[in-house]
Amino acid sequence: MDCSELPKPAGKARQVNENQCQMCMPLGGVIAFKGIENAMVISHGSQGCSTYMRLANVEHFNEPVDIASSSLNEKQTIYGGEANLKKAIDNVLRVYNPKVIGVLTTCLSETMGEDLDRIVATYIQERQIEDVDIVPVPTPSYSGSHTEGFWAATRGIIAHFAKPTEKHTRINLIIPHISPADIRGIKRILGLMDVEYTLVPDYSLTLDRPYGGRYQKIPPGGTKTEEITRMPGAPLTIQFGLTCPDALSPGRFLEEQFGVPLINLPLPMGIEATDQFVETLQGLTSGTVPDQLTLERGWLLDAMADSHKYNAVGRPVIYGEPEIVYALVRTVTANGAPPVVIASGTKNSKLAGLLVPVLAEVDDKPILLEETDFAAIEEAAAGAGVNVAVGHSGGKFLTESRGIPVVRVGFPIHDRTGGQRILSVGYAGTLAFLDRFTNTLLEAKYASYRAQAKEKMMIREGC
Amino acid sequence: MEEISVQKACPDACIGERQNSISSGGKNKSAIHCTDDSLAGSVSQRACVFCGARVVLNPVTDAVHLVHGPIGCATYTWDIRGSLSSGSEMYRSSFSTDMKERDVVFGGEKKLVAAIDEIVEKYHPPAIFVYATCVSGMIGDDIIAVSKAASARYGIDVIPVESSGFISGNKVVGYRSAAEALMKLITPKDKGTVEKTRKLNFLGEYNLGGETWLIRNYLAEIGIEVNVAFTGDSTVAALKLAPGACLNIVQCTGSMHWVAVNLEKTFGTPFISVNFFGAGNTAESLRRIAVFYDDPEITRRTEALIAREMDRIQPVLQRYRKKLAGKRAAIYVGGAYKAVAIIRQLKELGMEIVLTGTQTGKKEEYDDISGMLGADAVVIDDANPAELEKFLLEKHVDVMAGGVKERVLAYKLGIGFVDHNHDRKECLAGFEGAVTFAHEVYVTTCSPVWKQLKRTLAPEVC
Repeated sequence: MDCSELPKPAGKARQVNENQCQMCMPLGGVIAFKGIENAMVISHGSQGCSTYMRLANVEHFNEPVDIASSSLNEKQTIYGGEANLKKAIDNVLRVYNPKVIGVLTTCLSETMGEDLDRIVATYIQERQIEDVDIVPVPTPSYSGSHTEGFWAATRGIIAHFAKPTEKHTRINLIIPHISPADIRGIKRILGLMDVEYTLVPDYSLTLDRPYGGRYQKIPPGGTKTEEITRMPGAPLTIQFGLTCPDALSPGRFLEEQFGVPLINLPLPMGIEATDQFVETLQGLTSGTVPDQLTLERGWLLDAMADSHKYNAVGRPVIYGEPEIVYALVRTVTANGAPPVVIASGTKNSKLAGLLVPVLAEVDDKPILLEETDFAAIEEAAAGAGVNVAVGHSGGKFLTESRGIPVVRVGFPIHDRTGGQRILSVGYAGTLAFLDRFTNTLLEAKYASYRAQAKEKMMIREGC
Repeated sequence: MEEISVQKACPDACIGERQNSISSGGKNKSAIHCTDDSLAGSVSQRACVFCGARVVLNPVTDAVHLVHGPIGCATYTWDIRGSLSSGSEMYRSSFSTDMKERDVVFGGEKKLVAAIDEIVEKYHPPAIFVYATCVSGMIGDDIIAVSKAASARYGIDVIPVESSGFISGNKVVGYRSAAEALMKLITPKDKGTVEKTRKLNFLGEYNLGGETWLIRNYLAEIGIEVNVAFTGDSTVAALKLAPGACLNIVQCTGSMHWVAVNLEKTFGTPFISVNFFGAGNTAESLRRIAVFYDDPEITRRTEALIAREMDRIQPVLQRYRKKLAGKRAAIYVGGAYKAVAIIRQLKELGMEIVLTGTQTGKKEEYDDISGMLGADAVVIDDANPAELEKFLLEKHVDVMAGGVKERVLAYKLGIGFVDHNHDRKECLAGFEGAVTFAHEVYVTTCSPVWKQLKRTLAPEVC
């Protein structure tokens, strides 16, 4: 289908990005590495990159998120950062004692032309490292957003560890950048369906650790590297990555390198997408769907009926990372509140095409903004009469300047607590989202309907 | 009483090369290393040169802040300060040239020029600060030439800020870049002059939680008018009048000492240092200002204000002191002036300070800090999470003052926390702020949640 079916905003191309809707590429890489057991990350660049990424993560997850830096200065920028990176690895090994070290490049080290693969190989040889895996991933932010960084690191991790393995029954499950609560929601469904799996990257505990026990510098949890090694022997890979660029697709890598069939599914949010996930699992086990899931599905349908008229007044703007945007558009459209503006800070070759069939029955097609910023989103939202926003904390100005409430989903959530605990997947998670969305509309209604009726009906001329 | 277990520190958390940056139990006391660059791999809490420049200039409310680089640098500094504005909200937006691969390869100057054109057309700002980042600095984009041409083209101040992150591992260097940009902005063009007044400039004050306004009201009460603050709630037009002040009072010395020295050199304005964190500091600072003006009426009003406010807040502070006396506190903040002020306030609340550190303190400042602390206290420059964790546990800290990154660590260790960071929302300055600070310390140190957390701790293993 032709992507151009969704209207683009009028006006000339802009040169300046005003209030950003995306974050930088290494940030996504950090989150992926945090989902690997006993892993630590080094950002190969200037000190600020690691500190800013830590800050963004800390504010969202409310967890210490340690990221080391090779702390490049002017001298290394000119003569090369090899010695600094080696020293950084030395110190990280000493203090954190990790089993995996992810080394992410930054704009600076990429522009310097640092040969990361060679530096790491030399280091391993010089220090005779045997029991620690050092995984370099290029993440220059001028080539992509945190979304691409997440996929690139996830693919890089799998490419590093995966080895030809005898066939087994454990499926591969690859997730996009979602909340720790969402990961737990997906694992719960897998558990209920009695499916064995290797989920990458699993930061459900590492970036949302419960209190108790001695504080550990590297939090417990994360995907075990032994399991990643065995991923090529899996019967199939399920990847929630319809928007994932092919070149960065972890599932595609496993398919092309090891022949593991890839089933690319939408993130299981909303009835249809969750059904699709459950049916896929059912096909594997040939079992029945457990009562618990059937009940949850029923509760979701019941809630959709209960709230459909409240939803009908919703004119949402949906913004964020492509995969989540796609899932949210499907969900709100199915609930009777199709979006009027859809936006992403990330440029994605697939999103527009994927949205066309979803919005086929919507009369007034929404505006699609890609590689955009909040100045453009706000302008489009105001023009389209948006009355509710769905996305991360970046939308706070929509509330401040336009009075549009934001239903918070995605990353980062830095102006509310509990970003790591926002659950939106599966039947139960969709229901939780639906209630948050509907109640946001209701709150606006109850705050204004008396005054509005008075304005409209009583004070009208002649009455 | 029920048994309460505490977490224990792991012994092996310190990197050898960091030893000279830590003074504990009298060791290194007179020779703490504080000018070293952050050590690779040590997970420093410091940010970068760009960050230093960005936070100092951010509160100039009606200026456009344009970051020339790839997206991240702008994203991470979008509206991150708690600085308030009485007028324009322009400073809360973050502008970026969003450099892409083609710009890195072929140069980003054209994009920068186009970005400035677009901003001027849309907003007509009185000034644009153009920040260099690692990439634009490295590929050699000439932001000075572009800014100069744009200034001429539009008749506004387009000011380059040379803040490439790689210049240094220390954000103090970024403070200097910002200071140079401010001097460029306020120095009259074409040999013009600004008429001298009896007003003062308030340097190193960022209007977090309305602190500039609070102090301005105190000064108004004693008969002194604030010309402009650097940079809390300032405007481009107000900053340009800075040379007209008769005095500069300097609070955050880390960011503004160089500006004060240069204002004296260029415009002959003397400066004195002040510190409005804590009741004692506030009183002393007001008196110091009064002494400068040497006016009996100002002196009388100053003493009246101090007496009235002290009478009002002392009983309140005493109530908090009863709850907090003997509790053990740790401090890890950016600048040393803040550390010194917090030490004093916590001591006034009867607390023991067992750990103090800063990201950017200087040798003399560390001498002051050490002098204020007991022999067993740990003093640390450019700490990392492993070191903070070790000392927070070893020293059995009850409450910590610091920034966001320290907060989550403290909570994970079951320790109370007070935000004393540039993104905080509370006014902690002046007499009012002293009460708010004591309240903040109290509600976290004595919160009932810690009892539950400690009860839940599993047996320690190390």
